Amino acid sequence: MNGKTAAVKWFWYASPQTFYPLAGTIARWCAPAAAVLAVIGLYIGFFVAPTDAQQGEAYRIIFIHVPAAWMSMFLYVVMAFWAAMGLAFNTRLSGMMASALAPTGALFTFIALWTGALWGRPTWGTYWVWDARLTSELILLFLYFGFMALKASIDDPRRADRAGAVLAIVGVVNVPIIYYSVQWWNTLHQGASVSLTRAPSMATTMLTGMLVMALAFWLYSIAAAMVRVRCIIVERESWA
Amino acid sequence: MFATARAVVERDLLLALRRKSDIGIALLFFVIVTSLFPLGVGAEPNLLRSIAPGVIWVAALLASMLSLDRLFAADHADGTLEQMLLAGAPLGVIAVAKVLAHWLVAGLPLVVLAPLIALQYDLAPALYGTLALSLALGTPVLSMVGAIGAALTLGLRGGGILLSLLVLPLYVPVLIMGAGSVELASAGLSPAGQLLLLAAALVAAAAFAPWAIAAALRISTE
Repeated sequence: MNGKTAAVKWFWYASPQTFYPLAGTIARWCAPAAAVLAVIGLYIGFFVAPTDAQQGEAYRIIFIHVPAAWMSMFLYVVMAFWAAMGLAFNTRLSGMMASALAPTGALFTFIALWTGALWGRPTWGTYWVWDARLTSELILLFLYFGFMALKASIDDPRRADRAGAVLAIVGVVNVPIIYYSVQWWNTLHQGASVSLTRAPSMATTMLTGMLVMALAFWLYSIAAAMVRVRCIIVERESWA
Repeated sequence: MFATARAVVERDLLLALRRKSDIGIALLFFVIVTSLFPLGVGAEPNLLRSIAPGVIWVAALLASMLSLDRLFAADHADGTLEQMLLAGAPLGVIAVAKVLAHWLVAGLPLVVLAPLIALQYDLAPALYGTLALSLALGTPVLSMVGAIGAALTLGLRGGGILLSLLVLPLYVPVLIMGAGSVELASAGLSPAGQLLLLAAALVAAAAFAPWAIAAALRISTE
């Protein structure tokens, strides 16, 4: 009996109807927090963090570039997670969450590519190189576009959710394969500056700025996804 | 189970033989695309030799993709696919049989034709074996992954162009490993590593793609 009530609670917010107000509350809290953190992060990035010894002022785009690149990859995994949940539990909301996350993920992928190009010009002397990370990021953008295009061309939303889910899962299995195949193929990009296992190779203020910006992007993503999922709920369930 | 698979392969091959032009068009596409490149980039032998592996691989990839939308479309249109879904045999087995038949018709001829194209690109004869082997290992992976896309886009408007958007990004690793193996061989290095990776991709695709194809077919036909 106890386990049963717990299970019921667990799925309480799986219904779009009950999730709708909660999504509104989350969005109202996350959006201002994201704005505040972005201001703090940009202030640290542009005024507090020291000038880089090798790259001068040009490196400061890192405060947007790196968090955007993190989010672009992370959001694809989250999207695939919701897609898999939708296939496994056949919940309506999971597919809506996957749809709501895709545009934000594609946006961050695009920002990561764009800022990367602007950063590459002064440091490498070229906007674009066929380097492993750039290439796999570009392919990630194509994967996002494929997911959104597939969903957009299926009229029945439930079928669109399920078809998109299969594609997202196939994609998430492929992302590491693509990454490593491209890495062995060609590499020029600097190694990861931040890693969990060793001390970061950058000044603490730089790291702080970057982490604050990452948190701001997180909160922005949550807020954007919540607003979008509310729109999708209204669109699909207005009969309820 | 094997009897069903054999029956599906035989049926699809028979159907393909009765409509020979379908096979011919994809092959002709492969030959024409590869002949366009020297016209576009110039016929300088060193340049041709260096772009040959990539051009042949990209053309093979596009040719095998072009024939994908016919993989399930005819069966979907005349209701055969629904009978297959209702059949006692696992759908994954039927899907693999259909993919195998597709590869025999659309992939295997590319493997056979590739050395001929390589001749036009003045590739060293010692590399023909590596090229053919890389295509023989890689094109089945393309067919498997492509079949997932074909099943997902079944009966959609603009299916063909959508299919290319879904499938081409997923083809990237196969392209890199396939063309890379020939380039390694032409640099005098052993292509074994890339070929083994291709073989690994083939095994992984054979193990996991049938489920994805079956799931996609059920979604598309419900």
